[in-house]
Amino acid sequence: MEVFIQQVVSGLATGGIYAALALALVMIYQATDVVNFAQGEMAMFATYICWSMLNAGVPYWGAFLGTLVLAFLGGIVVERVVIRPVENAPILSIVIVTLGLLVIFNSVAGWIWTYVQKPFPSPFPSKPLKAGNVFFSAHDIGEIVVTLLVLLCIWLFFKFTPLGLAMRAAAHNPVSSRLVGIRVGWMLALGWGLAAVFGAVAGMMIAPVLTLEPNLMGGVQIYAFAGATLGGFTSPGGAVLGGFIVGVVENLVGTYVSFIGTELKFTVALAMIIVVLLVKPTGLFGISVVKRV
Amino acid sequence: MTALLEVRDLEAYYGRTKALHGVSFSMTAGGITTILGANGAGKTTTLRAISRMVRTAGSIVFDGTSLEPRVTEDVVRLGIAHAPEGRGTFVHLTVEENLRLGAWGRRERGSLEEDFARVFAYFPVLASRRRQAAGTLSGGEQQMLAVARALMLRPRLLLLDEPSLGLAPMVVREIFRILRAVNQDAGVTILLVEQNAALALDLADHVFLLETGRVVMEGPSEVLRKDDAIRRAYLGY
Ligand SMILES: Nc1ncnc2c1ncn2[C@@H]1O[C@H](COP(=O)(O)OP(=O)(O)OP(=O)(O)O)[C@@H](O)[C@H]1O
Ligand SMILES: [Mg+2]
Repeated sequence: MEVFIQQVVSGLATGGIYAALALALVMIYQATDVVNFAQGEMAMFATYICWSMLNAGVPYWGAFLGTLVLAFLGGIVVERVVIRPVENAPILSIVIVTLGLLVIFNSVAGWIWTYVQKPFPSPFPSKPLKAGNVFFSAHDIGEIVVTLLVLLCIWLFFKFTPLGLAMRAAAHNPVSSRLVGIRVGWMLALGWGLAAVFGAVAGMMIAPVLTLEPNLMGGVQIYAFAGATLGGFTSPGGAVLGGFIVGVVENLVGTYVSFIGTELKFTVALAMIIVVLLVKPTGLFGISVVKRV
Repeated sequence: MTALLEVRDLEAYYGRTKALHGVSFSMTAGGITTILGANGAGKTTTLRAISRMVRTAGSIVFDGTSLEPRVTEDVVRLGIAHAPEGRGTFVHLTVEENLRLGAWGRRERGSLEEDFARVFAYFPVLASRRRQAAGTLSGGEQQMLAVARALMLRPRLLLLDEPSLGLAPMVVREIFRILRAVNQDAGVTILLVEQNAALALDLADHVFLLETGRVVMEGPSEVLRKDDAIRRAYLGY
């Protein structure tokens, strides 16, 4: 039983990472119908920037917040400079552009910081926390708290601020949004900025576990896809929940189904994507959208 | 009286297709003007041209400001509200959120409570639906919401594209009564596109008749109402 609880909690911790990245993917998908395959690599890049700041002696939370600001600006710049020119191109072209970004971020990171793995600090104590006779890693708990805080902030932002409302409007109905005076292009750019922030949080939280290298987020992004697919690409809340579910399932399957172990855990994520797409393509909470052509 | 809106030799294009072939008209401040015309005559296109939603040639001047170099978002900021064909409801958002968005392009920010009170006085049914998703409103309620959303801008010029479409006759009369009140109480100038010619002629003081992208007749509504061609084609007697 203790093992089970521990595995669930550590599943929730990685699940939070998947949830944050899944939310980033879904936000951009909702606003532009595009899956940003570079989301994970942008997160990895942000994590390197944090690492560089830490190396330069900036205290952890200062570097953390500084990275979020830079990630936000970086996301906006990517949208304005790279995505905007192909905005009206066929979806496939935009997808290829994001794949190109993936390769660019990956190789530029390798070029600047090399492919040697780097240890990345956790801001949380290394001493495990004890509840009853169950031990939890403090990093796991901290990770869960940080992701939940970020999710809460973003929910409050979208639900209760005028800007959040305008961003939702721009994503759902660009034509009417323009007619009430919303600058839709900028709302999309802000969306990219926010998505980059979630990615950066995910990267900085997972890096202490996986150690930092240019391929840090490759696997994470597949799990995030699984989470977004499970919850539904049209439902931000669903994607978040999907991310958490994928994290927990991944961990439990790896622990209890012996023939899968850690090596095949990855396959579990892919299997989940395929099963969801076969059984309920819209995901658990998604709605099917009838596209006008 | 000076012209609030002055349109000269307006042409509009959808891709290569020309939908307006040199439309000219002007509107005085504080008046109600209606554009009549058969399906496909270019009524919607004329409103879209003013809101900068189609490619155009020619000149559109609003209160001394040229609209051609502006984008839709900036036209709204000049105080031109547009309740578009098909209503343009934000179906995922609540009625209240739809109304809040209507005030987005407004110059004076300030509290919206006064504006909510005003549009809810005009459309009490919206007040009782305030927290409901707008997509779940009936067609008529959504049409009211479209007009209410446009009013949230506190516009100087209100562009309305067939506000009576699909509504029960009683509701249509109600909406027209409200439009008259909006025009008289708040001094909002209205450009109305309508299929219901009888009601439009009652409401408007000036009429333009559009035919395949050209103005073919214009004048005060009392005069045009008596015109034989208009009577036969649009009033049905
Ligand atoms: N999006 C579009 N793409 C191509 N052509 C269009 C488009 N919208 C309108 N048109 C064409 O432009 C012309 C004018 O259309 P418009 O919508 O302005 O007519 P309307 O007077 O509003 O008609 P209705 O009473 O049916 O609403 C029509 O010939 C129409 O086919
Ligand atoms: Mg029309």
